Amino acid sequence: MSQLQLRLKLGKLESLTENFTHYCAGCEHGTLTRLIAAAMDNLGIREKTVMIDSVGCSVLACNYFNCDHIVSAHGRAPAVAAGLKRVHPELMVFTVQGDGDAVSIGLLELLYAAKRATPITVFLVNNAIYGMTGGQMAPTTLEGQVTTTTPFGRDVHLTGSEMDASKLLATIDGAAYVKRASLAVQEISSSKGKVYTIKNLLDAKKAVENAFKVQALGGFAFVELLSTCSINWKMPILEAKRFVNEAMVKKYPLGVYRDAFGVEKQ
Amino acid sequence: MGGNRLYLKGNEALAYGALEAGLNAYFAYPITPSSEIPETLAKEFGSKKYPDFKFFLQAASELEAINMVIGAAAGGVRAMTATSSPGFSLKQEGLSYAACNELPFLIVDICRSGPGLGNLGPEQSDYFQATKGGGHGNYRLLVLAPATVQEMAAFPRIAFDLAFKYRNPVLILGDAFTGQLKEDVDFPQLSPEKYDTSSWATTGAAGRRPHIINSLELDYQVHFKHIERIYEKYRRAQENEVRFEEYRTEDAETVLVAFGIASRIAKGAVNKLRSKGIKVGLFRPITLWPFPTTQIKKLASEGRRFLDIELSTGQMYEDVKLAAGDGVTVDFLGKWGGVVPSEAEITSKLKRLEVVAQ
Repeated sequence: MSQLQLRLKLGKLESLTENFTHYCAGCEHGTLTRLIAAAMDNLGIREKTVMIDSVGCSVLACNYFNCDHIVSAHGRAPAVAAGLKRVHPELMVFTVQGDGDAVSIGLLELLYAAKRATPITVFLVNNAIYGMTGGQMAPTTLEGQVTTTTPFGRDVHLTGSEMDASKLLATIDGAAYVKRASLAVQEISSSKGKVYTIKNLLDAKKAVENAFKVQALGGFAFVELLSTCSINWKMPILEAKRFVNEAMVKKYPLGVYRDAFGVEKQ
Repeated sequence: MGGNRLYLKGNEALAYGALEAGLNAYFAYPITPSSEIPETLAKEFGSKKYPDFKFFLQAASELEAINMVIGAAAGGVRAMTATSSPGFSLKQEGLSYAACNELPFLIVDICRSGPGLGNLGPEQSDYFQATKGGGHGNYRLLVLAPATVQEMAAFPRIAFDLAFKYRNPVLILGDAFTGQLKEDVDFPQLSPEKYDTSSWATTGAAGRRPHIINSLELDYQVHFKHIERIYEKYRRAQENEVRFEEYRTEDAETVLVAFGIASRIAKGAVNKLRSKGIKVGLFRPITLWPFPTTQIKKLASEGRRFLDIELSTGQMYEDVKLAAGDGVTVDFLGKWGGVVPSEAEITSKLKRLEVVAQ
């Protein structure tokens, strides 16, 4: 195994099935799937983990994670997760939700799960668009961004400005861990010319593991992962990655927004 | 509580009935006239009398509450929520998912006047929503309709038994009257039933294949089969779970059909008319779904006529007419808006229909 494979824990994972994913080329959902499964393997929690699948591109995740699943209604995953966790506190319960699911139709469920310090883990994939339904405006769509329902660009005077989920959750006292990371590989200049660094992915990997550790300590953990949707953005894959690392991070700065248990320092 | 007689409101009796039936988790959202159910349970949460009652939480919305029930039910425990009509509309999303996911739990609707906010008085106008599916897609709830505080206490146990037997949500459909009415109620000494959920509950895939609770099926043929199998369960329920009460129908020429609180008023009218020698009886559906179609059909085939009495503009009326069949007289007396028919109004209706001499 190469150094890269070891660091990202590539190869067969017990927490993954052998199914092919339906994710589009260039989409980071697949990356996140691996990072979560690797964390489940590393922490040895697969047999006591239940994933709550949400509605959006993550809805078919029950085919990919080798653990118990409940597929929820649109936006309701944190409520379903809370219901299960409260009657089975020994389980590790997590959701993977898109920005439309968690920040639009399911904002109440997300906020109250955090407010009550529900010991669950929420992974939010923020790709600034409704992916599964074909590229409509999400609450996270950037000002001026063209989507199928904002064909002339998002007009924030009409729609309100972009919803910053991590910043919002950072104001909630029940949230023990709030972190925003990027799943897009980053282009950097080096003596060999343009190369890509996986620094973002390693950072995201750590955040994913921390999010499970925080749940094990009894806290609510939230990790927002900036991602691309090159299909619906109608952008070549590498240009989409650049859009995340240059445009999206300006509106959605990466970093730790809350860390009540100090897991980042460990 | 077991072995005791108490004087309770219907809603309080229902809460204790659920506890006696081994309730594990309750997810609340307040709404009049059902709020005594969560209030009673909140008071008992943590009491040593009910060690199985592990969790109580007031949710932030009706939707959050029903989805928490879904999560808990998927974990294989006895979960429950209660609401009233405007809230019951909001529950429909969760009920559709739960029926497709074959999740057993108890939901209670203490029906008030609608549509919209209506008022806090009794109605039975959630009958359509309760018995025809209510949410999107092909599914049914099993629906029990209590008429007394005693039945409010007894039905949660029957509801949990049915829910786990058929792996489907079960609804207790009460009304503002049965919820608020105070009566004596006996609690028999019974221990909770045991249900085996090991083949499907999401409790962690340790030493077994993952359990996946999922209503999404993109293969049309597979989804066709899934719904066909669910309807096979419903057919079994129609064969085995119909409950009803017949009162003085043996020689009745006219049969009043009513459920819940309306059936008690109808029963009073039957007693008064019988004392004058008029041959009327009462047929009371206890399960609104499965509906006692066969029993009504039988009464119709024996030449009886029917008067359907409801606190609505006529919802069960459609099922009674369908069961009675063509050529059978089925009349209707309805009150709505929180207004309840009196025994005298039932008698005058029968006079107008010339069942009773003017």
